[in-house]
Amino acid sequence: MKPVYLASDNIISSLGFNTDENARAITQGQTGIKLHNDARLAPVPFWASVSDHDRLSQGFSQYADPSHYSLFEQLVISSVKDALSKTGIVVQSERTLFILSTTKGNIDVLDPDNAFHNDPSRMYLWNTARLIQNFFKLFHTPVVVSNACISGVLAVLIGARMIRTGKFDHVVVTGADLVTEFVLSGFNSFLSLCEGPCKPFDKNRTGLSLGEAAGTIVLTADRKLTGKDELQVRNGFSSNDANHISGPSRTGEGLYIVIKKVLEPDRNVDYISAHGTATPYNDEMESIALSRAGLSAVPVNSFKGYWGHTLGAAGIIEIVAGMYSMRNNILFKTLGYAEPGTSQPISVIDHNTKSPVNTFLKIASGFGGSNASLVITK
Amino acid sequence: MSRMNFHISDYCLIRHQKIFRKGELLFTGTEQKPVPFFTEAYKHFGINYPKFYKMDSLCKLGLLASEIILQAKDMPCRGEDIGIILYNAASSADTDRVHQRSISDRETYFPSPSIFVYTLPNIVIGEICIRQKIFGESTFFISEKFDPHSLYEYVSQLLEENVMECCLTGWLECEGDNYDGALFMVEKCTTIEDGIVNFDEEKIKEIYSQ
Repeated sequence: MKPVYLASDNIISSLGFNTDENARAITQGQTGIKLHNDARLAPVPFWASVSDHDRLSQGFSQYADPSHYSLFEQLVISSVKDALSKTGIVVQSERTLFILSTTKGNIDVLDPDNAFHNDPSRMYLWNTARLIQNFFKLFHTPVVVSNACISGVLAVLIGARMIRTGKFDHVVVTGADLVTEFVLSGFNSFLSLCEGPCKPFDKNRTGLSLGEAAGTIVLTADRKLTGKDELQVRNGFSSNDANHISGPSRTGEGLYIVIKKVLEPDRNVDYISAHGTATPYNDEMESIALSRAGLSAVPVNSFKGYWGHTLGAAGIIEIVAGMYSMRNNILFKTLGYAEPGTSQPISVIDHNTKSPVNTFLKIASGFGGSNASLVITK
Repeated sequence: MSRMNFHISDYCLIRHQKIFRKGELLFTGTEQKPVPFFTEAYKHFGINYPKFYKMDSLCKLGLLASEIILQAKDMPCRGEDIGIILYNAASSADTDRVHQRSISDRETYFPSPSIFVYTLPNIVIGEICIRQKIFGESTFFISEKFDPHSLYEYVSQLLEENVMECCLTGWLECEGDNYDGALFMVEKCTTIEDGIVNFDEEKIKEIYSQ
């Protein structure tokens, strides 16, 4: 199969505006999940991870007038700009494709208090894709993937497939989602939010923390554009549990299928980045699927304790963090985890560890019974 | 690049109070609004799946279309090998607005999990998978219009790379009083039966424009 290399990346979150800033904060064990008291977003104080909006619009003003772009659009454009600044890729070319991963995009414009509320077309994701196309003067309209919490992992997988068609030299994959009243109230009605920062895989986990972020991964067919480690996207799959629209399968069926499909007989997995939302059901299901797939002994972590659950950005920023682990041979601890809390034993990373990572498995699961896997190798 | 040959073994169109399968008009409804029409059709086809009533309009449309294709025949391949690749323009806009209304006013603030869960377009994929026992790869894409070119290229690639053996694919749009469903079953079948047509961009365009 034609190799797909990783050329560049970015993360914008509560922990920083590029990959290095985020990695530094994670290395130091910082969480971006804070208590917020904002009546515009929720009737009571809530815990969430939110990026610095002043810094965002200040940085954005070097590209365009921030008052003409929504928060979501600023996040996406700023993330792409930073990732591209490290490459010489010509984005206007017919051979460059953009993919946007998001669950809700500009959903906050439905709120009558939003500055863009009077432009109802702003809500449509195809319109966001057009706006990005116009901003960067792209040849192709960006492809939009909206597949709940696996959107990010799927988008990278689809991007790798697009490179393999031979029609594209580079694919820029960006994911983003906001912390909005819309999403907060919804997860709250599900009773899935926890007090304080979430505790993935921990015995005392009670739910998830929401997060706002954007992340970008630039995929390329050009080996010269990748770093000395020559990271490559190998393969990935998605599958449906066919079990429940809002709860994971008790047997981890779909996740087990995508892990089983992506494993190669002669290649050991060195590290797994789990979805690890810290809801009782999700983490339990992941332990079952990993155990069924014979991966109980492989070091596994969740980044949700640092950034919260960033929905359409989650898969992308967590893959970026995993790639950082591969390049720097460091495995990050699962922030918030203290005691084993799943029925099947798995090897949750509980302190930062120096260890070579040649094969990295990313997994994700989400509403609608969706599951995805992706393997990246050195 | 030359493509392997795949076939459209079945297809269903749902629009303007009418339901067609393989070009044949199966049902004409009397209701104009989407949900009453979908419910009328659900009853007409004798589908027995009470969960239908709990679904939002997009899921009702998707469930109907998939049911009409799959009701009358055996699954073309194992559940693990069937994929679902869907597109629309409005995502879950109808339900998004319902959820927004439930939180807009502090006096009547009452978000509901049974509504919120439908504020994702891929829930219709989940509903179809549960009903039909489909475990394969699935993706929901958003595009401004039905785009036979992208659909053809991507589904062909998934079949060629053996990600799936057959694919339920198409356009499912439902927003306000408008709805438009066009679902295709694409297979790598070896036996040529009556009514099987080649899977190519022109054919999809032709069927969709009927």
